[in-house]
Order: sequence, then structure tokens, then C-alpha cells
Amino acid sequence: MRRRSVLGGSAALAAGLLTRPALTQGAVEVSFFYPVAVGGPITKIIDGYAADFEKENPGIKVKPIYAGTYQETIVKALTAHKSGTPPVTSVLLSSDMFTLIDEDAIIPFEELAKGADDAAWIKSFYPAFMFNSQTGGKTWGIPFQRSTVVLYWNKDLFKEAGLDPEKPPADWAEQVAFAQKLTKREASGNASQWGIQVPSSGFPYWLFQGFTTQNGVELMNQAGDTTFFDKPEVIEALQYWVDLSRKHHVHPPGIVEWGTTPKDFFERKTAMMWTTTGNLTNVRKNAKFDFGVAMLPAGKRRGSPTGGGNFYIFKKSTPEQRAAALKFIKWITSPEHAAQWGIDTGYVAVRPDAWETPAMKKYVADFPPAAVARDQLPYAVAELSTHENQRVTKALNDGLQAALTGTKSAEQAMKDAQAEATRILRPYKR
Amino acid sequence: MSGEVRLDPYEPRGAGRVLESTAAAVLAILWVLPLLYAVWTAFHPAEFSARFTPDAPLTLENFERAWVAAPFARYFLNSFLLVTLILVSQFTLCTLAAYAFARYDFPGRDLAFMLVLVQLMIMPDVLIVENYRTLSWLGILDSIPAIALPYVASAFGIFLLRQTFKTVPRELDDAARVEGASALQVLFKVYVPLARPVYIAYGLVSVSYHWNNFLWPLIVTNSVESRPLTVGLQVFSSGDQGIDWSVICAATLMTSAPLLLAFLLFQRQFVQSFMRAGIR
Amino acid sequence: MTRFSASVHGWLLLLPALALLALFTHFPAAATLVDSFWSTPRGARGSVFIGLDNYQTMVEDPVFWTSLVNSTWFALGTIPLSIALAILMAVWVNDRIAGRTLVRMAYFTPTILPMIAVANIWLFFYTPQYGLLEQVLGAFGAPSHNWLGSQSTALICVIVVAIWKEAGFFMIFYLAALQQIPPHLAEAAALEGASRWTYFRRVQFPLLMPTTLFVLVNAVIGAFRTIDHVIVMTRGGPDNATSLLLFHLYQVGFSFWDTGYAAAITAVLLAILASLAFSQYFFLERRIHYR
Repeated sequence: MRRRSVLGGSAALAAGLLTRPALTQGAVEVSFFYPVAVGGPITKIIDGYAADFEKENPGIKVKPIYAGTYQETIVKALTAHKSGTPPVTSVLLSSDMFTLIDEDAIIPFEELAKGADDAAWIKSFYPAFMFNSQTGGKTWGIPFQRSTVVLYWNKDLFKEAGLDPEKPPADWAEQVAFAQKLTKREASGNASQWGIQVPSSGFPYWLFQGFTTQNGVELMNQAGDTTFFDKPEVIEALQYWVDLSRKHHVHPPGIVEWGTTPKDFFERKTAMMWTTTGNLTNVRKNAKFDFGVAMLPAGKRRGSPTGGGNFYIFKKSTPEQRAAALKFIKWITSPEHAAQWGIDTGYVAVRPDAWETPAMKKYVADFPPAAVARDQLPYAVAELSTHENQRVTKALNDGLQAALTGTKSAEQAMKDAQAEATRILRPYKR
Repeated sequence: MSGEVRLDPYEPRGAGRVLESTAAAVLAILWVLPLLYAVWTAFHPAEFSARFTPDAPLTLENFERAWVAAPFARYFLNSFLLVTLILVSQFTLCTLAAYAFARYDFPGRDLAFMLVLVQLMIMPDVLIVENYRTLSWLGILDSIPAIALPYVASAFGIFLLRQTFKTVPRELDDAARVEGASALQVLFKVYVPLARPVYIAYGLVSVSYHWNNFLWPLIVTNSVESRPLTVGLQVFSSGDQGIDWSVICAATLMTSAPLLLAFLLFQRQFVQSFMRAGIR
Repeated sequence: MTRFSASVHGWLLLLPALALLALFTHFPAAATLVDSFWSTPRGARGSVFIGLDNYQTMVEDPVFWTSLVNSTWFALGTIPLSIALAILMAVWVNDRIAGRTLVRMAYFTPTILPMIAVANIWLFFYTPQYGLLEQVLGAFGAPSHNWLGSQSTALICVIVVAIWKEAGFFMIFYLAALQQIPPHLAEAAALEGASRWTYFRRVQFPLLMPTTLFVLVNAVIGAFRTIDHVIVMTRGGPDNATSLLLFHLYQVGFSFWDTGYAAAITAVLLAILASLAFSQYFFLERRIHYR
């Protein structure tokens, strides 16, 4: 049996070598750029969805094209756009919305989905995810692989430190107090185990938004033309982050690498970590100890940014392609498929009714941490996104890294970042 | 021609040889450390990727996970076709151009050579948008020649071969011409054979570069039929989840294996060309 | 052969290469340079001629200056060391030392392995607490250090990876050149009683000069063109401590999509490289004695 399937596979391969698959007569082809952001056989899952969709909709061909990381995908998509041949649809970062609008690359969904049931469809997603998908009264993106920041903790290490292994820190004070108990040092003074780690390489602004939201302050307005980096609450939030390592010595000094943080957690080098819900499946598979997942601890309130990718539809496409793409997006974000996608990958299912499906209910019953991200959504805010998004976030990132490495005070760093952001956004304020 | 090889009087002997061998080996171990790490990590479960204990269990699971993540059989074929196409075209074009620069005196030669060198300085990625447009206009996007075309005229190759051809003694050239050989015959009978080690060196480097090139192939190709190996490898550079060293190392070894083998094979070619130099 | 027919032959030999270079290098590069005098089109707002405004932006951009300084240190750190190591490696593996095949292979591995994967492995080497470097230094009781995460050491870490990557690559060309040196030269030198060092300095090194010129030009250009490992390991951080000029250019071009400003940076980078490369070339070319 096994042997047969191997032979069948190579025959199919040989056939594929000789002939390119011919399009069904008159079928509409929808090219779909997809960034691979979580590991595992993710491309298989997407291919499977495309095949299922084609079976139900014989007139449409969906062609998924794996386009690298988010950054590589947008380079590929905009390069193609500039030559007049963009994909029909693509998943790209929700925070890239303004970039895509400014490049005149995408169209709002209201242009395609005009019926009353369409309006209801757009309203069916969690509002927290729509903050980054709408601006100027229009919907430019449809949430798909979305995430938030959560806290993971190692229950074994909590037990060792004399803490209740079932009780994660609930607020900022507890977070410091727990972390102090969880930090261990060798005789030489080197820490062998840190209390907590919050990654700060690459995109520190995203995790920083956790602190600022908890401190009751937003970083930008919804029009995307004003930032509030130098508000006292923002500086206070940064000071709290800096103090974790500089004052309390419970957090590694300098910049903490995003890519190695899960590994630090698996290696018991940190007892708690802040990272994305998109890591859930990874942690579940690789942590050789009992772990817990919790909402981020509260400051003045609870809070976390959302993140991850949205569906966009590109402007340079035919009406038939747009309609077909819309159909596909509606299909893949339907409650059943959104639930399945969440279960398969660890991303947050993007609409409340997905959590009511039998498959999802069973999954949550078996693995309660999966529901933490959903429960945190009422407290979630939009990821930092403005016009000239990458430039503005870089100004903030540079300031955060300067403060965390100690080359600037928190106040100075945020004042400089705000000055830079104001300068960048000046042309957009009218 | 006898196979006799004359000994180099400056070969280190005795204590000198031991010293030199030791120093070279120490440096070699430092240099190969990342590869050793890749081998260790690829063959062990993930929890041993930072712990080097001799009793760690062996596994092939990482390779299995890497292999199923993309149609690698087809990607291997594509990569092979791609580097062959590039190598053959580069050898041809660069040899002709280098010969002109090394042995012909014509007005505008220095200017032309500077124009060639400009390509060394331009970062190919900077030209992505323009070159994509050109290939789109030619109508060959999403094909193996589309990946190859911008790299075929290689300033690197022209410059390297020119330097080599210039070291060929003029007398050999003149002797062949006296015997009535045409310019191209001289090129292929005298220059190309003498530059053999350089062709091998350049070939190895060019093949390694294009085997591993990533961004440009990712951008100009869409379908399984034209995408090379590196584009399959991208699946493992998953941003959200942190780094999964086990699968990255397994995938790296898997895709680099043909190159490592090819290099081992061409080692012998190097040594042979050395011997030939011995009986020159 | 007459002078005229030599010219025709010469140009005919060049034609195929020059035609492709024109199509895929010169033409797009020229288009880029023209872009640097125009504003970046944004959606409905088209591109307008703005003269030197993009260059003005560059002069006022602190990250540009930081990147320029970083790139200079990066070049000064990588070029001499990688070339010296390359020559040393080539001389060693050209001798009949023990395990020559394996040693040669080891030196060449950086060229074979894909940089994206290798950069991830180096990231592990530099990781605090359990990374390889920390494990080794920890065994000697050295204090723990966040190598990539502090501004004082991040650039050095990046330089080390670049040297590792480049030295083995250059070694291959030196090795090929060494193999072309006729053995009778060594015999003649030995008869005159020259020491090994004298033989290297007076015979081998001068004969390697065409290769050195080639390698040097490539090393200088390479120092401004290597950024793959920066993207994986630090993304220019912390606070631009490892932001090299080309990395800044990529950010402006492919993250900010500010094509006009990116074109201006490209133009400056090209001017720097061209002046460095051509001056080396014309300085050294005159001093090399080709056989």
C-alpha cells in the first residue's frame, strides 16, 4: 500500500514535469500571495483550503503562492504591483494598511461587498481586529491570521520558587514581585535564570504597546496622522520596562532577541515570557514542563495590541477576479474555517461565532490556554499603524532600544521619537 | 608526457609540517563550527539543540519534517537546471569578454572595462523593480531563464578571467599564431586550458552563489515548476514563532549536500591541475 | 592583424556581455539615478522634479550618517583581516599538510552554506546564557554578556561573521593562483638559498598581485554589500548600532517605499564604491607586472 502511493507520487511528479496544469475552460484564476509566519506544514493546510474551495466553486481557481516572510511578501507584491501584475489577493500585515493605501495598491471592501449581508459580514469580526482594518470609514483589510501578546509561564519554576503554579501575575506589582522570586543567580553574579523576558529586537514597539495600553494610553489616532510617544503615561510605561532589568534586575540587560525567546523559555532560562499567541502550538510541542498561558498583567487596566495578517484585494485586477477573491475570503473566514484555522495554527479565530462551533468548543475544552487570547480581546487595541508606518515605527523602535540599552533616558528617548514622528507625519496633516 | 611529479623544495617537513598542519587544523575547526553545529542539531531532537551531551538520542525526524514541507524533489531539479544554465552562459560570455580585455588593444577599452566593473558595485537587489519590469515586458516572468538572465553577464567573472589571461605568457600566444591558429583557436587552445584552476574556482563560487540566491528568485517566480530550492527553504524562516534550529539545520544540510559533494569531487580536479603544473 | 580589425574583433567579443549588462545593469541603474531627482510618487500624487531635495534629506538624516560610520568601521574591520587570512589559508592548503582535503573543505564551507541559515546558527553562538560562546567563556568563569544586544559589541559580532564568510571565499582564488605558479620558480629560488619567507615575499606574493587586486576590489565592494546576516541577526539594532549603509538603503527602499530617497542613497553608495574601486584599480594596475 505504502509502496503504491510512492509510485503514484512519482508518476504524478513525472506528469507534472511534462505538462503544466491546463486551466479549466473559462475559469477565473485568483493568485494569492501568502506569507509563511508560523512553522510546520502550513503550506499544506493552505493548499488544502484552496482545493476544498475549488471543489465547492468549480468556476474559480485559487493559486496560493508562498512568498516568504511578511516583509518579503510585501516586497514581492508591491514590485509586481509597480509592473502592473500584482496578485489578486494577498495576506499582508494589518499594520501595512496605510502603506498599501498610499501606494494606491488596494481597494476597500465596500466597493465589492455592497449588500446588507455584506455589511453584516464585515461586522461579524472582533472589533479589536477591525481597528487595523478600517480607516476613513472604509474597510481595507479582512482579519485572517491574527494574534495578540500573552504571557507564558513555567509552572515548575513557579513551584520551585514557592509561588502558586496556577496563579500568574495579575498586575505590574505582582509581575515584579514574582519575577524577583524567580530570578536565580550563580555565585559569580551571572543570572542562571531570569524572572521574565520581553523581547525587544526587530519590532519592540509591538510588545511596548502592551505596557502603554496597560498604562491607559494610546500611541496614535485612528486617522494615522498623529502619535503620542511623549505623553507622560508612555514614558512611565517605558520606565517600567527599563526598570525590570536596570532597577529590579529580573530581566536580561540590553536587547532581548525575539527569535530566541521561546528557546530561552524551553531551556528554563526565563520563567515567564511575553510573546505572540501564534507561538502557542510551538510552545505546546517543545516545552518539556507544565506551562500556563495568561492575559498580560494589568497596569491601570489590562491591555495588549493585536497583530498579524489581513486579506487585501489588489486594485489592478479584473471585476471577475475581485468577485472570485471576495468569495474565497468569505469562504475561508466563515465560522467553520476560521475555527479550523485557529486550531491548526494557534492563531486567534477572528470572529465570535467561530468559537461557538463544535470543533472549537472541543478544542478549548481539551486545551483551555487556547481561549486566553480570545478572552483578552475586549482589552486589546490596534497595533501601531500610521501613514509612513515603517518610518514612524522605526523612530519608536530606535527610541525604545536606546532606552533599553541605557544610551538615553526613557524621557529623552520618547521625546526624540515623538519629534521624529511629528516630522515624518507633517505632510499627512491637513 | 610522464606522470612524474617534481617535489616543491618549500614543502614544510618534519617539525615545520607538524606545526603548520596543527595551525591549519585549528583554524579549520573554527571555520567549520557552524557546519558541525548544523550536523549536531539536525540529527538530534530539538531539546538538544543547545546541550551537547554525548548520550543525546539520534533522530531523522527533522529531515522528515523538512522534506515534507515543500516539493523539494522538483526544487532540486529546478536549482540544478538554474545553476547549469547560469554557469554555461557565464563561462561563455565572460571568457570572450575577458579575452578582449586582456589581449586586444582598441579604442574605448578602458571605458568599456569600467562599465563592466560598475556591475560589481551595483547591488542587484536595488534593481529588482526595474528588472522585474523588463522581464515582464519580455514576457518570461516565472521561468528559470528569468531568474538567470540578469546574472549571465558577470563582471566578477570577466574581471577574474581577465586577471588570469593577462598572466599567460605572450610567447605562448605568439607561438600558436605562428602555427596559423585563429584568435578564437588561440583562446580555446592556449588560454582556457591554462586558466583551468581559475575556471574551477569561479565555477564553484558561481554555483554556490546561485544555489543559495534567494530574494530575486522568490520575487520573479510563482509556480513550483520554476522555483529553486531556497524558495522552498523560506518555509522555515517563520517569523512569528522564533527560530526552530532543528528544522533549519536539517533543511540546510539537505539542500547543501549536493554542493558539499560537488566540492569534494572538484577537490581532486584542483589537485590534478596542480600536478599538471608540475610537468609543465 | 591591423589596428582596425583588432578593434572590430575586440568589440565583437565584448558585445554579448555588454548588451546584457546594458539591459540588466546600466539601463536600470541610470533610471534609478534619474529617480533621485524626483519625488516619490504616492498614490494619487504623482512624481515631480525636486532637484536635490532627496540629497538634502540625506544630509539631514542622522541614520544615514550613523550607517556611513558603521559601514566604514565594518570595512576597516573586515577587509584587511579577511584578505590576510585568505592568503594564509591558501598557502597552507597548497602545501602538503596533513588532512589537506578536509581543511580545504572546512575553509570553503562558509561559501557553500546559505547565509540565511548560517546567520541563524551564528545567532545561536551569540545567544546569552546558553549560546556556544557563553558556554565556552562560562567554562573559564567569564561574566555573562549580551553580545548582539548591547551597542558596544553588536558591530564586532557582525564583523566576525563577515570575516568568516569572506576569508574562505577569497582563499579559493588565491589557491587557484598559487597553483598556476610554475614549480621551476621554487626550484630556482631554493638553489639560490632563499628562505621560505623570502620565497613568499619575493616570488609568490608578487605573482599573486593580479589576484590581490581582484580580491581587494571585491573585498571593498563586498564590505558595502554584505547585509544578509545583519537582517537575520540584528535588523540594524540596537538603536542603529549595526545599521550598515546598504541596510539603511533597503529599509528606505523596501520598507518605507521611498523610491526617490532610496535612489539618492544608491547614487551616493555607487559614487563611494566607484571612487574606491577605480582608485585602487588604477593605482595597483600600474604597479603589477603581468607576465
